[in-house]
Formats: sequence, C-alpha cells, structure tokens
Amino acid sequence: MNGIPMEHGLILASILFSLGLAGLMLRRSMLFVLMSLEVMLNSAALAFVVGATAWSQPDGQAMFLLVITLAAAEASVGLALMIQLYQRYRSLDLDAASRMRG
Amino acid sequence: MMVTPVVLSFLFPLMGTLVLAFSSGRLGARGSSVIGVGSVGLAALATLWAVLSHTGDREIITLWTWISVGDFQPTIGLGVDGLALVMMAVITGVGFLIHLFAAWYMTGEAGITRFYAWMNLFVFSMMLLVLGDNLLLLFLGWEGVGLCSYGLIGYYYQGLDNARAAFKAFVVTRIGDVFLALGLFLVFMELGTLDIATVLTRAPEFWAEGSATANLAALLVLGGALGKSAQVPLHTWLPDAMAGPTPVSALIHAATMVTAGIYLIARLNGLFLLAPDVMLLVGVIGAISLLLAAFAALAQTDIKRVLAYSTMSQIGYMFLALGVGAFDAAIFHLVTHAFFKALLFLSAGAVIISCHHEQDMRKLGGLWRKLPVAYGGFIVGGAALVALPLVSAGFFSKDEILWQAMAADRNGLLIAGLLGAVLTGIYTVRLVLGTFHGEPGSDHARHPEPGTNLITHHLPLVVLAVLSTFIGAWLYPGLGGLFPDAPGEAVEGGHTLLQVLAIGAVVAGLALAGWLFLMRRPWLDDVASKGAGASLWKLWHHAWGFDALFDRVLVRPWQWSVRMLRFDFINLIMNLPALIARGFNAGLVRSQNGRTRSYAVVMVFGATVILLALALVPGGVA
Amino acid sequence: MILVWLILIPFLGGLLCWQAERWGEQAPRWIALATMLFVLVISVVLWLGGDFSLPGSYESQWLLEWRVPWIPRFGIEIHLAMDGLSLILVALTGFLGTLAVLCSWHEIAHRVGFFHLNLLFILGGVVGVFLALDLFLFFLFWEMMLVPMYFLIALWGHSGSPGQTRIRAATRFFIYTQASGLLMLVAILALVFVHYSNTGELSFSYDVLRGTDVPEPLAFWLMLGFFIAFAVKLPVVPFHGWLPDAHAQAPTAGSVDLAGILLKTAAYGMIRFALPLFPEQSAAFAPVAMTLGLVGIIYGAVLACGQQDIKRLIAYTSISHMGFVLIALYSGSELAIQGAIILMVAHAFSSAGLFILSGQLYERIHTRDMRTMGGLWSRIPVLPGFTLCFVAASLGMPATANFVGEFMVLFGTFPSAPVVVVIASVGLVLAAIYSLLLMQRVHYGPEYRPGPLKGPDAREYGMMLTLLVLTIAVGLYPQPLLDTTAAVAAPVAELFTDASDLAARAGEVN
Repeated sequence: MNGIPMEHGLILASILFSLGLAGLMLRRSMLFVLMSLEVMLNSAALAFVVGATAWSQPDGQAMFLLVITLAAAEASVGLALMIQLYQRYRSLDLDAASRMRG
Repeated sequence: MMVTPVVLSFLFPLMGTLVLAFSSGRLGARGSSVIGVGSVGLAALATLWAVLSHTGDREIITLWTWISVGDFQPTIGLGVDGLALVMMAVITGVGFLIHLFAAWYMTGEAGITRFYAWMNLFVFSMMLLVLGDNLLLLFLGWEGVGLCSYGLIGYYYQGLDNARAAFKAFVVTRIGDVFLALGLFLVFMELGTLDIATVLTRAPEFWAEGSATANLAALLVLGGALGKSAQVPLHTWLPDAMAGPTPVSALIHAATMVTAGIYLIARLNGLFLLAPDVMLLVGVIGAISLLLAAFAALAQTDIKRVLAYSTMSQIGYMFLALGVGAFDAAIFHLVTHAFFKALLFLSAGAVIISCHHEQDMRKLGGLWRKLPVAYGGFIVGGAALVALPLVSAGFFSKDEILWQAMAADRNGLLIAGLLGAVLTGIYTVRLVLGTFHGEPGSDHARHPEPGTNLITHHLPLVVLAVLSTFIGAWLYPGLGGLFPDAPGEAVEGGHTLLQVLAIGAVVAGLALAGWLFLMRRPWLDDVASKGAGASLWKLWHHAWGFDALFDRVLVRPWQWSVRMLRFDFINLIMNLPALIARGFNAGLVRSQNGRTRSYAVVMVFGATVILLALALVPGGVA
Repeated sequence: MILVWLILIPFLGGLLCWQAERWGEQAPRWIALATMLFVLVISVVLWLGGDFSLPGSYESQWLLEWRVPWIPRFGIEIHLAMDGLSLILVALTGFLGTLAVLCSWHEIAHRVGFFHLNLLFILGGVVGVFLALDLFLFFLFWEMMLVPMYFLIALWGHSGSPGQTRIRAATRFFIYTQASGLLMLVAILALVFVHYSNTGELSFSYDVLRGTDVPEPLAFWLMLGFFIAFAVKLPVVPFHGWLPDAHAQAPTAGSVDLAGILLKTAAYGMIRFALPLFPEQSAAFAPVAMTLGLVGIIYGAVLACGQQDIKRLIAYTSISHMGFVLIALYSGSELAIQGAIILMVAHAFSSAGLFILSGQLYERIHTRDMRTMGGLWSRIPVLPGFTLCFVAASLGMPATANFVGEFMVLFGTFPSAPVVVVIASVGLVLAAIYSLLLMQRVHYGPEYRPGPLKGPDAREYGMMLTLLVLTIAVGLYPQPLLDTTAAVAAPVAELFTDASDLAARAGEVN
C-alpha cells in the first residue's frame, strides 16, 4: 500500500474515534450510543490495520479479526439490553434507566 | 461475738429493723408498734445495764477487723467510756420515750411498719456513731443516721415537697460528710491510724500546736460537724426537715442526730486543741448560728419551724461551748437539750394531732384548757428552753456554757450568748401564747381531740417534763475527767456576776416578750406589717435568705449545667468521625447519578488526565 | 484442665440451649441456669480450696495453669492461668450469669434458645478473657465477647427512646469496641515483633513479653494502644458514647452482663496487661489517666442527673463509678488497687441490682421514662424498699461494698495525689444527688397513674435479696476478697514504686 501515508490513516482513525466518543457522551438514545460504540471499535480496528500495513506485520490483521468478533458480541449484548430497556421504559432514553442512582 | 450489754444495746434495734423490714406487712399496725417500741425499750434496758456495770475506764470491744490492708486496719470495734454511755443513755432513753409517743402519734397512718423500721435503724446507726472506736466506724454510723433521716423526712412520700426536703437534708449534710471524709483521709495519711484513742495520742506528737496540718484536719472535721448539726452555713436543711412526722423531728432533728457534730468535736477534742484558730472559728460559728436562728425563730408561724430554729440556736450554744474548750459544758447542754427539746416537740406533736394536723400558730390558740397535758409539756419545756433560773434543766447547762465563755475571756461570744438568751425568751413566749392562748384561729383549734392514752401519750410527756426540770440536770454525771480542763477550772470568782447577767437576760427576755405580746400587740402587728418592719419580718421569716442565696449560687448553676450537658457534648464530639464519613458519603453519592452518559464523561476525563500525565511527565512514556 | 472446662462449659451449654428449644420454651432457660450455676460452683469450690498467700520468689504466682501449644509457628499457645483476681472475676461472672438468666425468665419470649446461646457465649468469652494469658488468645476472647453481645442488643433490645433504635445502639457498641480491639491488636503485634527483633523468638506469651525492652517513644505508643483499648471498654470519658445507648436498648440480661462483667474486663485488662507490660510508661501516664478518671466521675454524675430514661441514668452512674477504678489503678497504692477490686465487685452487685429492678419496673408499667413514673411507692410492695437499698449502695453508703471500695480507693490515693482525691470527693456528693434523684422521680411524689401493681414473685425477691445480702456482707466483712487478691494487687502497686525508683536512679546518673 503506497500512496496513503500512515499518518492519514491514523488521523482518520482518531477522527472516527472522537466522533464516536462524542456520540457516546451526547446521545440519549441507546441505539445511537450503540452505534457510536461500534464506530469507536471500528476506528480502533482501522488503526490496527493501518499500523499492520505500515510495518508489514500480520499481528494487526489478527487484531482486526478479534475486534470484529468483539464488536459482534458487543452488538448482540447491547441490542438485547436495548430491547429490555424498551420493554421496561417504553423508550430508548438511557437517562430513564438511572435506578442505580446512589 | 461477745454478748455484753453494750452489744445488746444496739443489736436490739437492728433486730427490730430486720424483723420489721422482712415482715412485709404481716405484723399489722399493732404488732409493728410493739416490735418497734419494744426493741428500743430493750436497748434502753441494756444501756442501763451497761451504765451500771461500767467501771469508769475506757473499754474496747473489738468485734472483728473490718478491713485489713497494710497499715489500714479499721475494726468493727466499740469504745465504751463515759461520753459514749451518756450519749447511749440519751439515744435509747429519750429514743424509747419518743418511740412510745409515736405509737400514739402514728395511729392510723399507713406504712407504720416502715416508720418503725426506719426509727429502729436510726437508733442502731446512732449507737454505732457514738460507740465506734475508730473514725471509719463512726463514719458508718454518721452516714447511716443521714440515710434514716432521709427516709423519715420523706415518710409522707406522696408530697413532692417532702421528697424535696428529704433530698435537701441528705445532700446538704452529705456536703459536710465529704469534708469529714477528707479529714479522715488526712488523719490517716499523717497519723497512720483511724483508731480514735491512737489518733488523740499521736496528734500532739506529730503535729505542733497551730500547725497548718492540724488546722486543716480540724477544719475538715468541723465541716462534717457543721453539716450534721445544722450550723451556718450548712443549716438550711433543718427547717425543711420538719416535713417528717413529729416524733422524727423530736428524735432525729432535735435530740440526737443533729447533736452528732457536738459529739464528734468533743470526741476529737485533742485534735481541736491543737488548732486554736479553728477552735475560735467553732465558737464564732456557734455564736452566729445561735443569733441567726433565734431571730429567724421570732418570725415563724409554723410551730415546728419555730422549734427547728430554736434547735439550731441551742446547738449554736453547744458549738460556742466547744469553741471555748468547755467540752463538758457542751455535752451537758446536749443532754438537757435532748430532754426539753424532745418534750417540746412531742407536746407540739400532741397539739398537732389533737387539732387534726394543724400546725400554723395563726390557726391555733386558746388550747390551754382543752389540752392540759400538752400545755404542761410546753410550759415545762419552754421554761427549760429559756433557762428559767433554778427550776429548769436548761438553766444549769446554759449557765455553765456562758460561764466558760466568760472564763475563757471571750467576751464577744458571751455577749452573743446573753443576747441569744433574751431572744430565746421572746420567741418561746410568742410560741406558747400563739399556740395556747388567745382566740382559736380555726375550727380545728376550737374542737381539739386531746390524747387520752395513759401509756403512749401521757407517760412520755410526763417523764420528759420531769427530766426537763432541775432533776434532769442532776442526773447528768459530769464528764470533766474525760476532757482537758475547761477554762472555768482555772478562774476563780466572777461566777456570781455571770449568773446575775444570765438571769437578767432571761428575765429581760420574758419581760420584753410579755410587754410586747400582751400589752402592745396591736402596735407590734402594725409594725410588722408595713415598711421596714415588714421587710425585716420577711427577712427573718426566710431565715436571712440563705436558701435564696444558695439557690442562686449553687442550685441554679448546677441545674443549668445539667441541662446544658444533658446531651453529652463529649459524645457528640466523638461522633465527629461518623459525621465526616457521612459527609463524604453524601458527596460521593451525588456523583453516582445512574446516568450512563455521565459515567462515560467521567471515564473519558479520567483517561485523558492519565494519558496527559503519561505524556507530559518526563520519562513517562518515551 | 479445669480451666479449659470453665471456658468450655458456657459454650457447650449455649449450643445445648440453642438445640433444646425444640423441647419447649422452658428447656433452654433451665439448661442455661444449670450451666451458669455450674460455673459458679466450680469457681467457689476452687476459691474455698485455694491458697492465696503471696508466693515466694520461686513459686508460681498462679493458682492453676494450663498450657499447650496452639500455633507453634508463631509462638501462639493456649495458655490459661488463674490467680486470685481472675478467680473472683470468674466467680462474679458465674453469679451474674445466673442472675442474667433468671432476670430474663419472663422478659424474653421469642427465640429463647438462640437468646441463651448468645448469653452463654458472652459469658464464655468473658471467662476466657479472665483466664487467657497468651496475648493472642486474650485478643481472641476479647473479640469473641462482642459478637453475641451485638446480637443480644440488636435482636432482643427494647425499641427504646425516639431516634435511638436498638440496631443503631448495637452497631455503635460494635464499632467502638471493635476499633479499640484492633488498636490493641496492633499494639500486641508491635510488642511481639519488637521482642522478635530483640531475641529472635516469636512468642505471644505474657511471661515472655513482660520482660521486653521496648525502645522509648514506641513503648509509650504501645502503652497508649493498650490503654485506649481498655479505656473504651471501661469506659473512660471521651470514649463512653456507646455505653448509655447500649444499656438503654439492651434487654435486662444484657445490661446486667454489660455493667456487671464486661466493664470489669477492661479494669482486669489494665491490671493484668497494660500496667505490668509498661510499668514506667504507665507511671508517667498516671496523671493523665487520673485526670481522665476525675473527668469521668464528675461528667458521668452530671449527665446522670439529666437523664429521663432510668436505664440511661444508671448507665451514666457506671461511668462515674468506673472513674474511681481508673484513679485507683494508676495510684500505685496497694490499698487503692485492692479498693478498686472491691469497687468492681460492689459495682457489679449494685448496678446489676438497679438494672434488674428497672427491668422489673418495665415489666409492670412498660416504660423506662421517669417522667411517667412517680408515686410508685404506694403502688408496688417491696420493690421500692429494695430500690432504696441499691440506691444507697450506689451512693456509697457505709456498710455496703461500694463504700468499702470507694473509701479504700480514696484512702489509698490520698497520700500520692491529694488534689485528685479532693476533686473525686465531690463525686460523692454528686453520687448522692443522682441516686436520690432516681429514688425521688420513681417512687416519691403523687401517683402518676393510680392502681396497685403486683409485687415481686419468689424469683424476683430471691434475686434482689441475694444481691443485697452480698452487698452488705462484702461491705461489712470484705476480708476474704481482700485476702484473695492481695497477691495480685501488691505487685501491681510495686510496679509504680519500682518505676519511680528507676526514674530517680536514672536522674541521679544524669
């Protein structure tokens, strides 16, 4: 992979990560929160891939596979939680579920 | 245990107490009276036996060693000598007559068993007080009589005032007792013993006359005597103590317990002779008390309070005698005073019961024809109280006191004594006139029910009346040999002059009283009801306002501090760590708001801080 | 071996009581009663057969001793020993344990078996504390007393005054004593390690550790650790907060045990451990300890006067009385220490009497608030008379054991600290005030409510009479007690004179 410098890839990854993080902190709807989480996971995965390509190491690719698996598992748990949330509160607003308040 | 008459004399009342206390009311009023009176009667007989078999030397009966740790070896031991026997005779003899009278006085009262149990316990404790041959056993009796006094003043427990009077009597005397206890600690530390005879022999060896330690020890013992004997400034409990039944006032607050202070100082005479300054103080306190109390007695309306103040005044005479070193004279007056004051109190009791518990002089009057026995008792007792020359017992003992004061060259004390004699005459006449003469002040006084019982009503009064005349004075054996020489021994002549003065004072008092109360009555009432006269009356009525003073200075601050401390501020301070922990808890709980997003924010913030720290700290990441 | 049984019997009895509940409600009561009587009888038999004269220099100071290794790796042994002092306190435990069982006969109606399990476990722990000589074992028993006491207060306590639940009182009791116990543990471990670094031998044994040469600033802190641990339990004034609550909420049996025995473990701990382990530091600390004792005497008395709950009042009087004990222990006088031991016994009798009486009142009028009492003298037969007797004992009336104790303390302390004694004597007046206030508020005055109440039955009468007879017997003839403990008190008193001698010699050398 020539042409695209590693920095560009990393900058893209950090932009994605920041967007995801901002979404995580700002969004109330659990659906968007889950999506933001996915974005963040994928940005990290992108950073691995960029690194692996730059140094021609296979480890990064392996990590990418791991991240995808993790994201899938996370999505299934998250979606299950989301269904529960909706059934309990009839909304996807995360702030509604604040019964752990001290 | 050796069974000697002395031991029996105090075991009988103790057994009486125990039987009464454990009878749980099964004995009935009659049975309780028989046991209560009988036990003291037996004690009196045992005392008589002891007196007759007494050889003249001090006899020590050690029952057992109380405590034995190192040098501290107080015993339960009895010291029998003339002084103890005289006191025992007074306690059991007068005590028996008063118990007998109580059988009449207390008829129909609830809790008669309790009454006799306390009275017997009192006799027992008082006997231990005078018999104890060491100071700790004396202290046992000393506190015991205080407890009995508490129980008997509060006998009518339903009145809260009675409970307060009992409480006050106990606490005020307890203050004195603490001084006595400190005196005991000092004596034991310095002399290494509490045995009275040994203390008296060691004291002059260890202490120089007038040394600070001797003064301090005498002063502390004096503190105890002041409390028990109701002398200024620890006297305020005595008038209130009249809340108890009248036989109690007669026995405890006139004849015996209040004279315990006199006994104590006379017993420890050697200690006091080493402290001349304290001796002077004793005399001065006596003089002050006798005058204060005499003035206060002038302005009382309750018969028993008049008698209470007169008791305080007469004890003042005894202190005066002690103060000039005339121990024998003090004991002499103690004995005659026990006779005539018991007589006065019992006569007053007869009046009170006959008039359905009316004891306000303003509501009595005109009783002399209807209550001849009580009237006779008052006349004879009053005569002894004012020291009517030659025929009364009080004359001989009071004359002796004044003569010793004169011989000791204490003219101030002598003048106080003479002035007191004048005042005594006035208040006694006022008491007799107010109670028995004039117009009856209420229906109760118009239709009295005189006591008729020969044994329980007439006999005690008559016997005490006989003892209050010169016969009582003759019976006193004289204890000169037991005490250091009184000042009068060394002085020749002058006694006649003193007698003239004393008789003059008595006559002056009586004449003044007669003139005031018989001839100038309206004028007197007029003066006493307005302007300065009224304030003076009020001042005397409240006995110079000592109660109000102590209320301000001691009682209120005490109550205030109790109220302030009630919630245990030290504990509240100790709760501070708990409060701080709770504060932290409140703060941290706030951050736990249950919102996932804010947790995320905090997490990001934390992660950022850590990353920044790692990046910025030199050598951190590199 | 008999020492082991003294400890084991209450524990076994407790388990038996617990299981016996299935045979009916009465079974645990009778078993508990038999157990405590058994302990009492054993200790009395030991007492009658014992020789309590001062041991010669090569003889053992212990009447009985039992010693087996437990955890040899750390030098921990099961080392039990008994001398006059522990014997008297064990006998007292047996006696008050019997009373505690008797006084809860009707009071405790639910979970009777478990109640007696806890009661007997407390008493077993206390006996262990009085007998253990190994410091680790001592700490073990010290902690073992707490848990059942916690349950006793938390499960069977009164609902109590407003704002004070029994759970809260129990928790407070637990935290106070637990924290202080940990302080003691730290001190014990530090002492053991100092000894280890000095000699290379790891041991928790009392005899071994007594001779440890601890460097100066550390020794003072260790002494303070022990002192505070015991001071909380005694209690000494700033650490007394748990006592009134615990007493007020505990069932009668709990109050009797608490005032009668648990407080005594603290005084025992001072005599046995705090003073002998650190004589010089304790001698130097004596003025502070005495001041704290004085504060306790006065402060406890003033607070007692302000209470409306009768059990709180009695609880504060305990603080006042224990002030005398503290003063005595630090006076370095044999007379005073002997007096303190008598006072401990006397206070056990008088406060147990008052607590049982207030329990009996509670059974009759279902309140402990003195504002709603008054005039009971005419409503209840016999009990007011007993109350007056115990009140008199509590105010130190001569012929009661309390008088002997207090006055021996004061006589003994006077030569070394006259000012302390003068101030402590004020406590005698205050004692009269609070004691008579109790009497006046409860029994005198007009009747708050009319109607007679039933008098004591044979059980109640018997308990009161036994306590009263013992109080007066000790008050008139304390010599058997004094002879028993003389061999304990004298060496403790000498510790201080030795310490001051050492200090004086050190001064000369300098």
